[in-house]
This record gives sequence, structure tokens and C-alpha cells, in this order.
Amino acid sequence: MVDVVNDVLDIIASKATSVPRDKLELEAKLTDLGIASLDVVEIVFALEEKFDIQIPFNANSAQLEFRTIGQVIEAVAKLVAEKS
Amino acid sequence: MNQRRVVVTGMGAVAPIGQGIAAYWDSLAAGRCGIGPISLIPTERLGVKIAAEIKDFNPQAHFDARRIGLMDRLAQLAVVAAREAVAQSGLCFEKGAALSQRTATIIGSGVGGQHSLDDSYRKLYGENATRVHPFTIPRLMINCGTSHITMDLGLTGPAFTVASACASANHAVAVAYQMVRSGAVEVAVTGGAESCITVGTMKGWEAMRVMAAETCRPFSRNRTGMSLGEGAAIVVLESLESAKARGAEILGEIIGVGMSADAGDLTSPDINGAARAVELALADAGLGVEQVDYINAHGTGTTINDATETQVIKRVFGDHARTLAISSTKSMVGHALGAAGGLELVATLLALAKGVLPPTVNYAEPDPECDLDYVPNVARERDARVALSNSFAFGGLNAVLAVRRFEG
Repeated sequence: MVDVVNDVLDIIASKATSVPRDKLELEAKLTDLGIASLDVVEIVFALEEKFDIQIPFNANSAQLEFRTIGQVIEAVAKLVAEKS
Repeated sequence: MNQRRVVVTGMGAVAPIGQGIAAYWDSLAAGRCGIGPISLIPTERLGVKIAAEIKDFNPQAHFDARRIGLMDRLAQLAVVAAREAVAQSGLCFEKGAALSQRTATIIGSGVGGQHSLDDSYRKLYGENATRVHPFTIPRLMINCGTSHITMDLGLTGPAFTVASACASANHAVAVAYQMVRSGAVEVAVTGGAESCITVGTMKGWEAMRVMAAETCRPFSRNRTGMSLGEGAAIVVLESLESAKARGAEILGEIIGVGMSADAGDLTSPDINGAARAVELALADAGLGVEQVDYINAHGTGTTINDATETQVIKRVFGDHARTLAISSTKSMVGHALGAAGGLELVATLLALAKGVLPPTVNYAEPDPECDLDYVPNVARERDARVALSNSFAFGGLNAVLAVRRFEG
């Protein structure tokens, strides 16, 4: 779990131009970190590649809670657990 | 500057909901949705398994085997639509004769011969082939549609393909219109063609996370994105004097175009850039906002496009936004990228000529962000004279066409 958190934070931090890595908080919304919609799509791709998972994210659908850093970590941790 | 009026004297279409103008219109008026399970390519590796394919297109019915070997499906669709349009116009081109040299061929395509590209790469990387077919390059080049139309019909005037992603056809028609209007050419064969439903292209669009899993529902609150389509739609443009002099049947009139670039985000639409294209089209056509009866929307079915386009219409048209009718025919034919504007221009010309507005199908529930009249689900009889057709492309490139029913 710790690895998942660190890796997710690394990937998000690479896109979050307005906030440094050590200031990222679980409650922070991606949109408030200077992360544009195209960056979100790239984050999803990077997470899928990193963890070898499929994230059912659709930019037009709110089915997957994917707005805050905490929600991203939760979604990834769940998919990684399901895989193993 | 001497500005000539530009009329449409021929139309042709190959669409997922009908091959030929008559069949295409029947389906548009009936609100038939052409989006469904993909059957023409393998789907086991696809997450999104729906698109608007032209299921029963048979190249052998149109071309001999040698020609087919040289043509990507894009070029095949383009030529079939162009033949229909030119046949309807009654124009006869003799290769190299004066009229042939004074006829432009300007076709929009967004991504080019994707089937040929996909096939060659699959063999090369997937099957470890040592060589690819020698026609790979001429088949996949993005100007393949334009080139095959000129060869098939003997058109020897200015000819090129316009690429601006989802606005390619509108940009092509805009340039063709301006060339006929200015007198640079007598006639233009123009429109769009695309055949992009391949495994590689589908995977690319899937990765953008903007594809609907179930179907495309433009302007509906429960919309979940776009669906890819394919097709070709071609029109013949000529000056009013030329059409009248030869007694041609006039199917409609192009009266203005507006083009702009957002110079902003690569994929998110921009209200300012799009609104400017609409305003420029109105100004070019000399139209007041209250004169517009119908808008064929870009209407992709993504959350952001449909909400932004609604804001654009409200900003430009003010109170009249609630009076005019809007529909997205992409709900029926999917998003055919570089062909989209062609399919939509033909739908718009037919709507004005027949007094029937095609609907936005798959519309399920109102969205507070999209609160205008989208002609939901059922076509509507309406005596519409003037219409716009919007295209707002990825890359922030916008093109809007203004058209009028021909009344002499």
C-alpha cells in the first residue's frame, strides 16, 4: 500500500505544476493542482502502465470517483488488490 | 471585389445509415441510429466495442480489382460519394478540357488511410513480416480521397486535401466556396471522407477517455461521450450564373463561412474561439442572428463539447438561441472526423430543402448545462430557410458554414 501511495503521488506530482510533491494532500482535487483534463488522461495512462491495471475512467462519466488524490489512490489500490 | 453567389448543384453521401443521398435522408428523417456493435474489425482487444460502421459497403460493386488494390476504404467511400454528386449536378468533365481545369477538388480528411496503415503495422510489428505491400504509402496518404476523385472524374484543376481533424470537411468546403465565389474556379467538388474505425484508431480514442461505452447521446444529461463513425459526403459547388445558364437544378446555397483558431488548449473546446467562428460566418453571410432557423451542431456527445457549444450559441444569438432549433446528427452517424462536416452539410442542405429538421436521437433527459431546443429524438417539420453547420476540432480549429434554401 505504501508503494502504491508513493507511486501515485510521484505520477500526480509530475503533472501538478502548482504544488510541490511534499505538499500534496489527500483531499486536494486534481483540478485545483493545475492539472488540466488532458493531464488527467495522461495520469490514468501512467497509472495503468505502472501497475498493469485497467482503470475504468471516462472523462464524461462520474461512475468512478476520481477527483481527489485520495480517490485516485483508493481506486488504484483497489484495482491492484483485485489483480493479486 | 466581384463576389459571385455560390450554389449547390450536386450531393452525394455514403453514410452508416444510408448509401446514397435518398437512403441517407430517409434515415436522418426517421431518426435511425447507425451506432452499434462493431463487426468489420476484430474487437477482442477493444474496451469500446461500438461505432457507426457502413456495414454493407461493397467495393466490388463500384471498382474493379486493380483499382481496389490501390484504394484505402477512405478513397473508395470518397469516390462513390463524388460520383453521385457529380452525376446529380449534370456536369460532364472531359479530362484536361477547360471546365475540368477550372474545377477544384478540395476534400477534408482528418487521419487518412487508417486501414492501410493499421494492416501494414500489424503485419510488420505483430506478425514480424519482413516487408509490407508496395501500395502501402499511396493507399494511406491523407490526400488519397482527393487524388482518386480527380482520377475517377477527370478533374484537373486545383486539388488538395484539407486536414483539421474534426473540422476538415468544413474547412475544405470553406476554401472551395471562397474559390468559386471569387472566380478563381468555375466549379468545386468538395466535402469530406474518412474511414477510421480500425483497432489502432479505436485504441487511440479509447485512451483519450472520451468514448461512449453504450451509445452517443448529444446534449442529453446522461451522455457519456462520442462514438466514432465513417463515411463520405461530397457536394458540387458552382456560381449561380453558371448553374442558371445550364439549367441545373439548384439544391441550396452556401452564403458564408467563418474560421478561427482557439490558440488555447489542445483538446478542450474554447467558447471564445468557437463563438468567433460563428460570428464570422454570420458576418460573411450578411446575416442577422434572428435570421438563423437551424444549427447543425458539432454535438459530439462529450460533456464538455455539448455544454460549451450551448454557451457559444447563447452568447452569439442571445434571446434568439431559444427560438432556433439545434440538432446533432452525430447521434445517428457517429463522429466521422474529417468527413463529419460533409455529412452534416448535406444533412443541413436537405433539411432546408425538405422543410424537415433531423433530430438528435438517443436523447434521454434534459441537462441544465444544455437547455436549448435540440430537436430530441423525432424529426420536425419546420419551414427553415437559413442554417449554420458547426465544426469545432481538436487542436482548437473551428469552421462554420452558413447555408440558405435556394429561392431564386
